Amino acid sequence: MKLVFGEGSCGIAAGARKVRAAVEKLNADGAVGVGITGCIGMCYLEPIVDVYDGGTLVKRLVKVDEAAAPALYEAAKTGDLAPLAKYEISADDREFLEKQTRIALRHCGLIDPEDIAAYEAVDGYKAIRKVLAMTPEDVIAEIKVSGLAGRGGAGFPTWFKWNAARNAKGEQKYLICNADEGDPGAFMDRAVIESDPHSLIEGMLIAAYAIGATKAFVYVRAEYPLAIVRLEKALAAAKKAGLLGENILGSGFSCDIRIKAGAGAFVCGEETALIESLEGNRGMPRLKPPFPAEKGYTQAPSNINNVETFANVAWIILNGGAAFAAMGTETSKGTKVFALTGKIKRGGLVEIPMGLTLRDVIFGIGGGIRDGGTFKAVQMGGPSGGCIPEHLLDTKIDYKALGATGAIMGSGGMVVMDSHTCMVNMARFFLDFTAKESCGKCVHCRIGTKRMHEILTRITEGKGKEGDVELLQELCNGIKAGALCGLGQTAPNPVLTTIRYFRDEYDAHIREARCPAHECAALKKYEIDPAKCKGCTMCAKKCPVGAITGTVKQPHVIDQSKCIKCGQCAATCKFGAIVVG
Amino acid sequence: MSKELEKMTPELRAFIEEWKAKPGNLIMVLHRVQQTYGYIPREIAIETSEILGVPLAKIYGVITFYNFFRLRKAGKYNIQVCLGTACYLRGGDDVLKEFEKQLGVGLNATTPDGMFSVEAVRCLGCCGLAPVAVVNGEVHGKLSTKDVENIIAKYCAEG
Ligand SMILES: Cc1cc2nc3c(=O)[nH]c(=O)nc-3n(C[C@H](O)[C@H](O)[C@H](O)COP(=O)(O)O)c2cc1C
Ligand code: FES
Repeated sequence: MKLVFGEGSCGIAAGARKVRAAVEKLNADGAVGVGITGCIGMCYLEPIVDVYDGGTLVKRLVKVDEAAAPALYEAAKTGDLAPLAKYEISADDREFLEKQTRIALRHCGLIDPEDIAAYEAVDGYKAIRKVLAMTPEDVIAEIKVSGLAGRGGAGFPTWFKWNAARNAKGEQKYLICNADEGDPGAFMDRAVIESDPHSLIEGMLIAAYAIGATKAFVYVRAEYPLAIVRLEKALAAAKKAGLLGENILGSGFSCDIRIKAGAGAFVCGEETALIESLEGNRGMPRLKPPFPAEKGYTQAPSNINNVETFANVAWIILNGGAAFAAMGTETSKGTKVFALTGKIKRGGLVEIPMGLTLRDVIFGIGGGIRDGGTFKAVQMGGPSGGCIPEHLLDTKIDYKALGATGAIMGSGGMVVMDSHTCMVNMARFFLDFTAKESCGKCVHCRIGTKRMHEILTRITEGKGKEGDVELLQELCNGIKAGALCGLGQTAPNPVLTTIRYFRDEYDAHIREARCPAHECAALKKYEIDPAKCKGCTMCAKKCPVGAITGTVKQPHVIDQSKCIKCGQCAATCKFGAIVVG
Repeated sequence: MSKELEKMTPELRAFIEEWKAKPGNLIMVLHRVQQTYGYIPREIAIETSEILGVPLAKIYGVITFYNFFRLRKAGKYNIQVCLGTACYLRGGDDVLKEFEKQLGVGLNATTPDGMFSVEAVRCLGCCGLAPVAVVNGEVHGKLSTKDVENIIAKYCAEG
C-alpha cells in the first residue's frame, strides 16, 4: 500500500512534511510506498493522508499528526487499516468534495505535482497534441463554444481576447499568465500551480498556439515560494519531454515559458500594471486603450489570462466546448472555483457549476457558520468587491446576478462573516488596503481612497458626523467615475455595498456611538454585573489605568471616564461579570 | 552609528552581468540582491545602477514601490503576520499586536539584538489556516495570541 501526503502550502503548514518524515524514518526498508500530492482544498482538515492500494484510493485520513506515524506505517505495511479509523474522514466532510464538480481543480490533490508522468497518466498533454493538428482558428472557435470567461475578475470572454491578439499585427507576440492572485482570501491559483502545474503549462501552450505567441511569462506573486519551485520543476520536465521550447513535438510550433516573480504590489494584478512590472518598472497602470492585445509587453501584442482560466483550457479541448457550456447559466458557463474562508465551518476550495446559489455553497458545502454563530454577510471579490447580506443568499452564482448585488464574482474569494463582524470596520479594512496599495498615479484614487479611509476610521472611533454617509457616497461616485484603472474604479464597492445593506450599522456608530457587532474597540463599553461580581479584586489589579474600584468581596465598578477599553478586565474575570456592550 | 559597507559578491556580480542584456531585468536583479543580503544595501544599489546603466533614482523608485523590497536589514528571524481578509477576521491583528508587544518593537522594526523583526503581509494563500504568520519561510497557522510566546521562544532556542 502507498501513503500519499497532501503537500500544498496549507498541508505543509499544518505539518504534513513532519508526518511524512516520521513515516519515512520507520520505512527504511521501503516496505511501504510513500508519495506526495498537492492540495485537495480541504484546508480545515489538514494534514491529509490518502491510502492507496494499487492505484485506488482506499482511505482518506484527516488531521493526521506526527504521533500517527507508527500506526500509518504499520497499517500500510500489513494492509489492516482498522487501527486508523479515528483519522478517517467523516461522511459529512466527504460531502464537501462530493458536492463539487471539478474541472480547473480536476487533478489537485490527486496526482503528484512534481512528476510529469503522473500528469500524463491522467490524459495530460493530450490536448496540446490534439491542438497541434488543428488550425489556431479552430482552437479559438472551440473556446468560443465553451463560453469560457476570464476567471481573474473581469469575466471577459476568453476567445475574444485570444482572437484579438491573434489578429493584432506584430512579429513577436506574448502570452502572459496572471498568477499575482492579489485578492486576500483567494488561493485557487496557488493551489493549481502547486498541485497541478502541468495543466497550467498545457493551457498556456494551447493559448500560445491559438494566438501565435512564441514567448510566454508566468507572473507569480513573491508570497508563493512553493508555487514558484513546483512550476520551475514542471517547466524543466516539460522542456525535457519536448513539450516546451523549439519545435514542440516536431510540429514546427515553438514556445518558451519563463517565470517572473512579483514583489508584493496589489495593483500589479491589473493587467497593464503587470506589464509595466514585467518590464522592470514601478507597476503603474497604463491608460486603455490601447489594450494589451494591440500594445502590451514591450508594446507588442500580448494576451493575459488568469491561472484558473488556463487550467480549464485542456479539459475543454479534450471534452469539447459544448460539454463545458452545458454547465452553468445563460450568461455564465462552466464551473468556478471559490475560496471559502472566514467564519465558515468547512473552509477550503470549492469548485461548482455556475448557477448554484450562494446558500448552496456556504451552507450546503461549507456547512454554515462555525462555532454556532449566525451568518451576516459574505464578501466577494476582495477589495474590489462587496458584501452580500443574508436576504440575498439565494442569488445565483453568475456574473450578472452577482453584479446586480453590487458585489462581483471577482477571482473567487468568499469571505464569510458572522454577527461579530462590524460592517463599517470591514469597509474601513478594505479602504485601508486600497489606500495603501493605490499606485498614486491618479488623484481620484490616491487622495479619494485616503479621504474615505479617514472618514470610515472616524466613524469606527465614534467620531462620525451626521452627513458622513452621504459624503462617503459622493466620494465613491467620484472615484468610480474618475479613477484611471480598475483598482480605483472598484475601490468604493466595499463601502457602497455596506452602506446599501447595513446602513443601520453606520447610523448606530454615528448617532449613538454604538457598534452593534461589539467589534469597534473605541465604542465598547465595559461594565460590571453586580450580581456576578464576587469582589475578587483581580480586575482592579489588572486595570492599567486604575479605572476599577471597590472593596474586597463587594461588587466593583468601572469609572467610564477613565476606562481606555483595553479589555484586560474582561480577559481576567473568572466569573464572567464584565459585560461588554 | 557607523555601519559596515556591504561588498558585492562575485556570484551577484555574475548574475547581474548575465541579466544585463535581458529586458525587464531590474526586478529579478533586486530579488537576487535581497536574497544575498536580506535587504537592498545602498552601496549595492549604487553598484547595480552602474553595471546596469540604470539611474539610481529609478532603482530607488522600484524598490519603494514594491512591498517586498526592503532598505533596512530584517531581523535574523523575520516574523510576517498576515493581515489579509481571512486572517484579519480571525484575529490576525491581535496576533500582530501581541508580537509587537512581546518583542517590544513596532511594525517594520527590528529588535536591538537583531534577532527579530515584525512585518505585516497581505495574504499568504493559507487562508484556510487563518490567522497565519510566517517566520523565515515556516508557516504557523491557526494562531491565537497565546501562541506568540511559544513561537518567539522556539526561535530564541534555535539561536
Ligand atoms: C486592481 C486589480 C487587481 C487585479 N488582480 C488580479 C489578480 O490578482 N489576478 C488576476 O488573474 N487578475 C487580476 N485582475 C484582473 C486583470 O486585470 C485581468 O483582467 C485578468 O488577469 C485577465 O485574465 P482573465 O481574462 O483570464 O480573467 C486585477 C484587476 C485589477 C483592476
Ligand atoms: S488572508 Fe491570511 S493567508 Fe490569506
